[in-house]
Amino acid sequence: MTTTTKAADAKKLPGADYFTLGEPVADTKAPAGPIEQKWSKRKFEAKLVNPANRRKLTVIIVGTGLAGGAAAASLGEAGYNVLNFCYQDSPRRAHSIAAQGGINAAKNYRNDNDSTYRLFYDTVKGGDYRARETNVYRLAEVSANIIDQCVAQGVPFAREYGGLLDNRSFGGVQVQRTFYARGQTGQQLLIGAYQALERQVAAGTVKMYARHEMLELIVADGKARGIVTRDMVTGEIETYFADAVVLATGGYGNVFFLSTNAMGCNVTANWRAHRKGAYFANPCYTQIHPTCIPVHGETQSKLTLMSESLRNDGRIWVPKNAEDCGKDPREIAEEDRDYYLERIYPSFGNLVPRDIASRQAKNRCDEGRGVGPAVREFDDDGNEKMVRRGVYLDFSEAIARLGKDGVAARYGNLFDMYAQITGENPYETPMRIYPAVHYTMGGLWVDYDLSSNIPGLYVTGEANFSDHGANRLGASALMQGLADGYFVLPNTINDYLADALKFPKVDASHPAAIEALESVKGRIDKLLSINGSRTVDSFHKELGHIMWEYCGMERTEEGLKLAIAKIDELQAEFWKDVKVTGVNEDFNQTLERAGRVADFFELGRLMCVDALHRRESCGGHFRAESQTEDGEALRHDDEFLYAAAWEFTGTGEKPVLHKEDLVYEAIELKQRSYK
Amino acid sequence: MNITLRVWRQANAASEGRMVTYQVQDVSEDMSFLEMLDLLNEDLTVKGEEPIAFDHDCREGICGMCGVVINGTAHGRGNSPVATTTCQLHMRSFSDGATIDVEPWRAGAFPVIKDLVVDRSAFDRIIQAGGYVSVNTGSAPDAHANAVGKLKADRAFDAATCIGCGACVAACPNHSGMLFTAAKITHLAMLPQGQPERHLRIKKMLATHDAEGFGGCTNIGECAAVCPKEIPFDTISQLNRDLIASLFKRDGK
Repeated sequence: MTTTTKAADAKKLPGADYFTLGEPVADTKAPAGPIEQKWSKRKFEAKLVNPANRRKLTVIIVGTGLAGGAAAASLGEAGYNVLNFCYQDSPRRAHSIAAQGGINAAKNYRNDNDSTYRLFYDTVKGGDYRARETNVYRLAEVSANIIDQCVAQGVPFAREYGGLLDNRSFGGVQVQRTFYARGQTGQQLLIGAYQALERQVAAGTVKMYARHEMLELIVADGKARGIVTRDMVTGEIETYFADAVVLATGGYGNVFFLSTNAMGCNVTANWRAHRKGAYFANPCYTQIHPTCIPVHGETQSKLTLMSESLRNDGRIWVPKNAEDCGKDPREIAEEDRDYYLERIYPSFGNLVPRDIASRQAKNRCDEGRGVGPAVREFDDDGNEKMVRRGVYLDFSEAIARLGKDGVAARYGNLFDMYAQITGENPYETPMRIYPAVHYTMGGLWVDYDLSSNIPGLYVTGEANFSDHGANRLGASALMQGLADGYFVLPNTINDYLADALKFPKVDASHPAAIEALESVKGRIDKLLSINGSRTVDSFHKELGHIMWEYCGMERTEEGLKLAIAKIDELQAEFWKDVKVTGVNEDFNQTLERAGRVADFFELGRLMCVDALHRRESCGGHFRAESQTEDGEALRHDDEFLYAAAWEFTGTGEKPVLHKEDLVYEAIELKQRSYK
Repeated sequence: MNITLRVWRQANAASEGRMVTYQVQDVSEDMSFLEMLDLLNEDLTVKGEEPIAFDHDCREGICGMCGVVINGTAHGRGNSPVATTTCQLHMRSFSDGATIDVEPWRAGAFPVIKDLVVDRSAFDRIIQAGGYVSVNTGSAPDAHANAVGKLKADRAFDAATCIGCGACVAACPNHSGMLFTAAKITHLAMLPQGQPERHLRIKKMLATHDAEGFGGCTNIGECAAVCPKEIPFDTISQLNRDLIASLFKRDGK
């Protein structure tokens, strides 16, 4: 792999002091020809593995969510030996389970002119033209098979009285293509994949390792050949070997500490692979969801999302005068309320896209007009300040129009959830909402086959970067996870495994395995030996504050540079002053978290570098320097029509940027508009 | 609020456990129960003591990973006005100065790993025994090939919402896993896709349930009373009806 730098070129790029420019990177697996024939052609051209040979081959899959669980079940059914790992106590708990809304598929059951091409088009446009066209087309192409597969497994999708599947519209598209299972679509799809997986466990093709955390990748003779894990019950550090390794380890939103991710979601598996040579693409692309329940105080551990469908009937406002912010909202007169989205965007009002709604809520709170309990924050100089972080989402008009029962029929479960968490009755007093991090579009770089640049290392689902560009549409995360897991990976990985019978055997005596094992042990020993004065969570929270403040909804060159300096400082303090109690040879949750936070520092820094170098606004990435006169996101296709794939070059060394030019042949580039 | 906690501490499966008393200061009523435990754990860590181990993940009531017995009821149902998981129980359900007992799920089939953490892998093995439809990836007919009446689809859904947390087992005086098993039986029994394996499934799942050391069901109903997802108690009736029917079917076995 080349690390040639073009110093002269790099100088022209913003933030050039923080990285060097390497050779471009490109996908070489998508075949030539019309876009609608590429997938069929690739499947035909890909090498096959004879069924009798499959049982001689082993695949490691890390993660048991939609992307990992579906892949493990499918490869097990095909006859491979699968070793499947998850950090939870059961594969059924992966965070795919928390998705509420639904899953898109181009079935056109509604006869509303939907098609594979339209789903493809909507997804590329929704991603603000920063996704790879070929991968997205294939995603749309296999979407219909997903629904068939899930129904056959017994997933109880919503049905109409005629017995056929119901659909709804979602996320700003004009067709009804979203299949759903009440507000628990992710749970039902995951249970379907989990049951298929457990069937293979019973059949002996899949061996399940729950409560095992991957802590290192083993790259032997240039190929991914195994992983190092920690048994989270006994603390044993173990090596596992295979002919290929698949990472289906989800997103990294927890770098912000507070997010809608599960507490255990982390970047460690991906980051360890990145340190071993896998490129990390577009790390700065983060999706911030506008309708979450606000932070209640400093002990808050996570944020809860409520479906954005609430914005269909709820009106968003803050008091016009800062002195009203502490009042009971019902006592604030109509003329003293600022319905700011309706004021700024009269045509779209409360239904502006997620990124706009989020940013405007932040602006109101920054102005001192937020509502709800004040939370402690720090300004750039480290001075403490108390800021109210919330805006009202008011249903009083909807209740007057539809009646309380009418509102309850549409949003009852969300109102109940809100009441349970906040203790307030949203039928009587306006809800308070605030944006929260909930999805990361960036991830490890993969080609059309979902292979990273390390031979034998595949990456699926949210853990890769390929399908959502700079912004993900609603109901598309479940679609991508299952597309990758059921239909894409099981058809592309054969091409690699066909040659694997000839690979030399790798076991624990291989120098790469010994090195990986020793480095994991050394790192754990180091964490346990510091015995400082600060808890892991206190560092994680502080990192989260930095990321949220400077690499959150709005980013500036100055802020990002400051963030990088702050992260470096905090990271140095972490390795000097963190306190990790207990020993390795035990169930030790503090040690688990310490390792994850250590990796979040390095990831957070790379996110800031990526955000700094991309001096344009696109999708979820808003650079204050790149906006239209109306304050909207402004892309610069002339300079930034590429995916940024970052190569790790060493701790404290500048990462190398490899650009993958994005080529749009089947779709025309346009400026996104919602006016 | 200030709270007195009495928490079960147990180093590992082999050692004996005991209740240990802790004071937790400055608890806000907006905190979830687990955030209150976080607060105590931060305090313990700074003092150099081992924090309390407890399972948790999504903290939004859907993953099923959390679960402790609070004041004698699973997930603190006795303190909560509504069905809840431990992570969705909030401190406003308790009064200032309260003493709260916190214990792990107690059942022979769920051995304690450490403190409040138990091993629920027996549930996975019940599913492995037959809690699925045997359909390989790629072999599915069109999703509309089978219509499903709405009432049956809804009943399947009500049963399918089980999150596998294990509260039903912890609440049952017999430590039976019958509500968990019945939820899966009912989910698949209501759907056309579940019919071919319907009778074989129940025999295999129940045999595994018993072999894992769960007790028999005597229709007490504590399980459904604490279930965070309100799995209907009559799923167990469905299971019993299907079990009797299956005794007269050979299903190739």
